[in-house]
Amino acid sequence: MSDMQHVNHEVLADLREIMAGEFNRLIETYITDSHLRLSQLQRALVVADYDGVRQAAHSFKGSCSNIGAARLVQLCQVLEEAVNIKQLEGLEHQLVELHAEFQRVQYQLEAYR
Amino acid sequence: MSDIRVIRVLVADDTDTDRLILETIVRQEGHEVLSARNGQEAVELYRQEKPDIILLDALMPVLDGFGAARQIRALAGEELVPIVFLTSLTDTESLVQCLEAGGDDFLSKPYNRVILQAKIKAFYRMRVMHSTLQAQRDQIALHNEHFMQEQVVAKQVFDNITRNGCLDSDNLRYYLSPLAVFNGDVMVAAKNPAGNMVVLLGDFTGHGLPAAIGAMPLATTFYDMVGRGFSASDILADINNTLKSILPVGLFCCAIMVEMNCNKPGMKIWNGGLPAAYIQRSDGQLEKIKSTHLPLGVQGSNDFRADFQRYAMAPGDRLYLWSDGIHEARNTQGEMFGEERLEAVFRQAEVQTSVFDGILNEVKAFVGEGEKSDDLSLIELSMKSPAAIDVAPRTSPSVSARLAQWRFLFAIYPPSFATFDPLPLLLNLVLEVPGLRRHSGSLYTIMSELYSNALEHGVLDLDSSIKTEPEGFDRYYQLRQERSAQATEGYVKISLVHETHPDGGHLTIRVQDSGAGFDSSFTDTHISDYSGRGLHLVQSLCDNCRVLAPGNIVEAEFSWHADD
Repeated sequence: MSDMQHVNHEVLADLREIMAGEFNRLIETYITDSHLRLSQLQRALVVADYDGVRQAAHSFKGSCSNIGAARLVQLCQVLEEAVNIKQLEGLEHQLVELHAEFQRVQYQLEAYR
Repeated sequence: MSDIRVIRVLVADDTDTDRLILETIVRQEGHEVLSARNGQEAVELYRQEKPDIILLDALMPVLDGFGAARQIRALAGEELVPIVFLTSLTDTESLVQCLEAGGDDFLSKPYNRVILQAKIKAFYRMRVMHSTLQAQRDQIALHNEHFMQEQVVAKQVFDNITRNGCLDSDNLRYYLSPLAVFNGDVMVAAKNPAGNMVVLLGDFTGHGLPAAIGAMPLATTFYDMVGRGFSASDILADINNTLKSILPVGLFCCAIMVEMNCNKPGMKIWNGGLPAAYIQRSDGQLEKIKSTHLPLGVQGSNDFRADFQRYAMAPGDRLYLWSDGIHEARNTQGEMFGEERLEAVFRQAEVQTSVFDGILNEVKAFVGEGEKSDDLSLIELSMKSPAAIDVAPRTSPSVSARLAQWRFLFAIYPPSFATFDPLPLLLNLVLEVPGLRRHSGSLYTIMSELYSNALEHGVLDLDSSIKTEPEGFDRYYQLRQERSAQATEGYVKISLVHETHPDGGHLTIRVQDSGAGFDSSFTDTHISDYSGRGLHLVQSLCDNCRVLAPGNIVEAEFSWHADD
């Protein structure tokens, strides 16, 4: 599980170069975004809106890939696929896993500010 | 739209992070950024700002990327607006969906700045090219329209020149391509003062303006000279020389010219470069008249031969002329209609009158339905019994000319016999008398007969009984040519004397030749007593006609009245 990095240092270095003075703002935006997405996911799951679950996971996957959080990307992908093949058992567990991983990522990103 | 201008990029993504990164990259690459958070905002922003390139996230609330793409495409109309979908989708089906929704390309997350820049640049170049293409297309369409209008005007000029011709005579049937003049085909027909119909069918090389330009001088020369009574050979030589001088090397006019004589029933034909003309006799026999000359406009006046071939014809016989449009009509397999099929139409026609339509129908059937089968030209000339001879000349001399009392003496000596025809000159002189203009046909015939007789029988000593032999006409005219060219002595003297009366006028035509006449016992005699030298026609046209001793002078009197 941990042979994949939580954050990609090269990607972040690149982003820092691109964003220049706006880098911190980017990190903040990402963190805010992610919280929103995770809440969205949660709410959808609660009301059994599986389409909503899939879309939220998909969108979250996008921003995570831009930031370079590979493990998060993989978890989102698994969640998406599970919904696609209607494997609805154990979704809640996956969401918990997602939260946990995001905590780790957030922690590491703080170091970049 | 030039490359110097800043490229304006619309970015639409509902995830703030992604949008922020994309905006920054695009701005850093030197482009202007317009931002939208969902599909609807994107469409609105497009409508207001008309950016150059659209980057659309596939999944967005309110209106997703696919819906936005459709609406933007509709707004763009004919303009090329590149749409690039931003997507984490990787399966082929979803990517196909992007393209079907109107996307031109996709960019996957995570965003790669190098790839993004390459796509922006490439699509912008495409946009510039597209708009250049459209501007050029519009210009071409405009030029085409102008060109078409110019052709219509040029065609009108040509039609005005040919307006007074006799293509509508009842013994002439013709079919002219709708593209005539500009496809090189030209048809002119007129009656000369002797009442003979002269027809010329021409096919200029090339198409469009170069082909049409040759048609104008051809037509004006033709109508002018036919009306003035010039011989067919002179007219043809003149047209050849004009075309030779104005057409550039490589452009020429294949042509057939025909002079139809109803009194001595037959046709004189000259074919330079066109497919063989056919004579169909009333018994169905076909005779082919092949091309025996180079086309018009190729040879200089020294080398050009305007010698016509004479064919005797009876009422009911028909002559068919065509340009190469019939022979060269192609069917869908690329085969040509050719001469055999054309001949077959003649053999298979049930009645002679159905040959003309038969040809057109067969070509149309051969080429096939829906294909163009009308780019051809066809003339059918029927031999009729002698028609009325009195025909007003096409170009009449100035109305204000008033020649009243006058005398004109004209003498012709060798070597002019072979090369000079005095009739146009004499006719034009006589027509300066207003009262004689209505009688131009009769006067032309009288003077023409008298001159021919004087030259042929008096000076050249030709025997008209040769004409009654088989092949006689050819032999006779050949002898006439030879002796005219070889003559070293002799003359024909023509005198015209005109006086006016209170109610009209009187013209005396006297033609004297250097021949011996008859024996010394010959005295002045009235024509009806005198059966030789075929002057009965002349007598029927004038008031009085006598042969004066010793038989080499003929005098004809013609009077006209103011209330004729």
